Amino acid sequence: MPFIPHTEDDIRDMLGAIGVDSIDALFDEIPAELRCGELEAIPTGLPEMEVSRLMTARAREDGQPLCFIGAGAYDHHIPAAVWQLTTRGEFYTAYTPYQAEASQGTLQLLYEYQSMMTALTAMDVSNASLYDGASALAEAVLMAVRANRKSKSNRILLPRTLHPLYRRVVRSIVRNQGIELVEVAYEAGTGKIDRQALDAHAGEDFAALVIPQPNFFGVLEDVDQLTDWAQANAMLTIAVVNPLAMSILKPPGEWGAQGADICCGEGQPLGAPLASGGPYFGFLCCREKLVRQMPGRIIGKTVDLDGKPGYTLTLQAREQHIRRSKATSNICTNQGLMVTAATIHMAIMGGEGLQRMAAASHHNSMKLTEALSSLPGVEPLFDSPVFHERVIKLPIPAQDALRTLAAHNVLGGFDLGDDYPELENAVLVCATELRSDEEIEQYRSKLERVIASQVQTPCQLKPDW
Amino acid sequence: MSNTPKDLRYTKSHEWLREEGDGSVTIGITEHAQELLGDLVFVDLPEVGAEVTAGGDCAVVESVKAASDVYSPVNGEVVAVNEALDGAPETINEDAFGEGWMFKVKLADAAELDALLDADAYDALVAEEEH
Amino acid sequence: MIYEHSRRGRRATAQSNIPLAELSDIPAELRRQNPAALPEVSEMQAVRHYTRLSQKNFSIDTHFYPLGSCTMKYNPRACNSLASLPGFLARHPLAPDTHSQGFLACLYELQELLKNVTGMSAVSLSPAAGAQGEFAGVAMIRAYHDARGDHQRTEILVPDAAHGTNPASAVMCGYKAREIPTGRNGDIDVEALKQALGPQTAGIMLTNPSTVGVFERRIKEIAGLVHEAGGLLYYDGANLNAILGKVRPGDMGFDVIHMNLHKTFSTPHGGGGPGAGPVGVSQRLAPYLPVPMADYDGSDYIWLTEKERPESIGRLSTFAGNAGVLLRAYVYARLLGREGMHRVAEFSTLNANYLLKRLMEAGFEAAYPQRRASHEFILTLKRQAKELGVNTMDFAKRMLDYGVHAPTTYFPLLVPECLLIEPTESEAKEDLDRFVEIMRTIQHEAENQPEMVKQAPHTMPVRRLDDVRAARELDLAWKADRE
Repeated sequence: MPFIPHTEDDIRDMLGAIGVDSIDALFDEIPAELRCGELEAIPTGLPEMEVSRLMTARAREDGQPLCFIGAGAYDHHIPAAVWQLTTRGEFYTAYTPYQAEASQGTLQLLYEYQSMMTALTAMDVSNASLYDGASALAEAVLMAVRANRKSKSNRILLPRTLHPLYRRVVRSIVRNQGIELVEVAYEAGTGKIDRQALDAHAGEDFAALVIPQPNFFGVLEDVDQLTDWAQANAMLTIAVVNPLAMSILKPPGEWGAQGADICCGEGQPLGAPLASGGPYFGFLCCREKLVRQMPGRIIGKTVDLDGKPGYTLTLQAREQHIRRSKATSNICTNQGLMVTAATIHMAIMGGEGLQRMAAASHHNSMKLTEALSSLPGVEPLFDSPVFHERVIKLPIPAQDALRTLAAHNVLGGFDLGDDYPELENAVLVCATELRSDEEIEQYRSKLERVIASQVQTPCQLKPDW
Repeated sequence: MSNTPKDLRYTKSHEWLREEGDGSVTIGITEHAQELLGDLVFVDLPEVGAEVTAGGDCAVVESVKAASDVYSPVNGEVVAVNEALDGAPETINEDAFGEGWMFKVKLADAAELDALLDADAYDALVAEEEH
Repeated sequence: MIYEHSRRGRRATAQSNIPLAELSDIPAELRRQNPAALPEVSEMQAVRHYTRLSQKNFSIDTHFYPLGSCTMKYNPRACNSLASLPGFLARHPLAPDTHSQGFLACLYELQELLKNVTGMSAVSLSPAAGAQGEFAGVAMIRAYHDARGDHQRTEILVPDAAHGTNPASAVMCGYKAREIPTGRNGDIDVEALKQALGPQTAGIMLTNPSTVGVFERRIKEIAGLVHEAGGLLYYDGANLNAILGKVRPGDMGFDVIHMNLHKTFSTPHGGGGPGAGPVGVSQRLAPYLPVPMADYDGSDYIWLTEKERPESIGRLSTFAGNAGVLLRAYVYARLLGREGMHRVAEFSTLNANYLLKRLMEAGFEAAYPQRRASHEFILTLKRQAKELGVNTMDFAKRMLDYGVHAPTTYFPLLVPECLLIEPTESEAKEDLDRFVEIMRTIQHEAENQPEMVKQAPHTMPVRRLDDVRAARELDLAWKADRE
């Protein structure tokens, strides 16, 4: 029996000890009319060899196309040691560290993670992670509403330059708590938050302004001015950042005169594979004075009975197992295993390794957009500095171009048409440090052919009615 | 139980209250309450100027394993809070009826005080809870 | 501490021999001026450091881990290696459907399989964890009432024994949580429930077997009462181990359920996540399921998003939840198959009842001695605490010295000095017998050397930690200047 060690003798002895004559008798408290049948829709069990064959075929079916999509998930190098260590059973199969003495490995690692994240973002404190970037932003929004005691409005300024999926997630999570999300337009020329649109809200009561860096278009926002603007208008600032970019970009703790108040984002670029979108992890950092409003697990350093340093879950009274309906959030888990990977990743890469990775990604994206812009009718849409993504405008419908490229095994980017209908034929492209010059050239030459075939009006076949 | 001060008034939810004679009252949690909670690690106080209602929660005391709401015994406006507790919540453990006071309220209606427990009634309540 | 191995200028060059690219096209005021204080260590130093850290953990792979309500059963290695095939790991979440058929097929089949196991009409896999599944479930209840214009329903009923997440999730959906007492025999107090039900009731959150480890026998009656009052029933399916293939929440009358795949479907706990908390619903709640969902149109597997499902409560994570966890659960389900699922319930129940019986014979007091254990059961050590001054925490800490992870302590809150014990189906009889021996030994020690037990553990990397200091003098991150 898979994963069940009992022998016939064991079963007989155990039933004898309990004083029943069959296993079925152990279910005698379940009313008979509720008992279900055979689960006929579930296939019978397969040996590992068969399941292995099935999964290998399924994985192969999806191919391994050349990927130039970013849009919130990025294809980066991960040192081999990261996942070999992370999947050690002692990390992989441990539970939440409730018994601190028997969980010092996980606890110390999480403390190291918190230390590295505060270093990377220049914030005071970090929690031990949340589900992913978008849900971390939702928690940051709830946190800002609790923390900004000057604001009575429960309103948040959310720029349209923020990832459209993040905006949707935040809406789904906070909408039942009477929180109003007010969108702010972007400037057509630069792809940055529109300062005029923002200024229209000056003096109004908002709990917080959300500032993405880089924003969804890959564009770098003027974070100093935006942070100062928010502070001048009694709003908290919530920074949504790419953690890898923080190795080369000014970290939120240093934005403007006083720094951002809360910082969150998607941790995936730090050691998590693309893996169809998860598991990743969300990070959440803040200023020290907001720490009690921060949801999620937090690890503290302390001493044991002998005065020896040790690590433990702390500030637990904020959490739902103690506060129940008055908890800061309903969240219980963090994404422990992903954070294990991220911590090892950051330790192996070091600050400089991350810098090189980030700078190379920036460099490759510039190369990519230069190469693509050499094609007739292709041009970058915004005239602003970017991190490692850029919006390009095609001379043909983006959806068709991307579909044809995909048929040639190139995932050419993210079609902005659905979320930004005003941007015609616009595609968000990304080239991380993993994309070689040859791969960039492949994309260029394939796009060239796609455009050529579509622009020269193909002779239309008359419908055969 | 003999150390329950006779000059204070009490609630069933273990707050104490002292009349200051100027229309305001000082409020804290009882010795018994701090014993139940254990070592306090944080106190969240109301803001000066806040309106509180009798029976409404307006502060939180936290120990490592528990967090407990503190309810205002009376209606009124918060006129002072014990800011010293901010960095030293253990003061409540050490001196619940004195230095560990939490906040002062300007009474809306002094007659409300009559509904509160006196020391003997409170001692009886605690004795009963322990059975 | 990894920072202790750090030396300026030391780096893991095998990973980053690419030269630092030019950044002059990014304005200086947007660039970082001081490099982030991350450790500068060699690759080997990092490998040794984290290998050593791992060795300070108890885990399923190394220790018996009978943590009640957490289902610490064996996590088959095949689930990890097959979900980590290069094709799955390299797949971008926004890859087109043409490059997603294999992945979507797994998700679709997992949805179908979970529908069948739970007896629900439709399933969405997207919630990233149990708490997010709970949130989704309650949000759907709210969406249902709202769509009917029924806005007077403001309360969610929750048993007092319930996990703290239940009331917290209700509040996140804008509801008030109202507690219902549990009777002496562990069943819900039906009279109190009747009193609490009314036009303000949006729903009730229950789990069955309940948090106290026994089957709620009057569940049909409870479902009838709640439905009669216009409320819906939410099943906290955090743990289905005890009922897999025996009884289905849909048949009990529940309208919505979430499942923790990291429990019943044996995906790893990872030191606290990632989990996965799919939700299943009855027909009337189906339009509100969170997106994205996998579907099959007769020839291809496709994604269903907000476009196709406009009444959905929406999206709860950027992409499709914890996809890699879902793949692991799918592999586990295929390995087990129909008959394997029956056996999960049978052997987890057999192990729990056997262990309970043996512990009672050894003189320990069960919280509900007249009741059948489900997949878990509760002991109370209130007698030991009173007579010997040795409490549940002391027993738990001493157990670590004997190489067993402690069961869940002090939960549920309504049983004093309790241990919630869940052995799971993957433990052998001899390991259960050994646990009984350890409990006997600790009992003997508590009677003869109580101080020693109260000081336990004695063999762990650290002794008991000063939690009060941790909370009063917050030290949450290593700072170079603090050392």
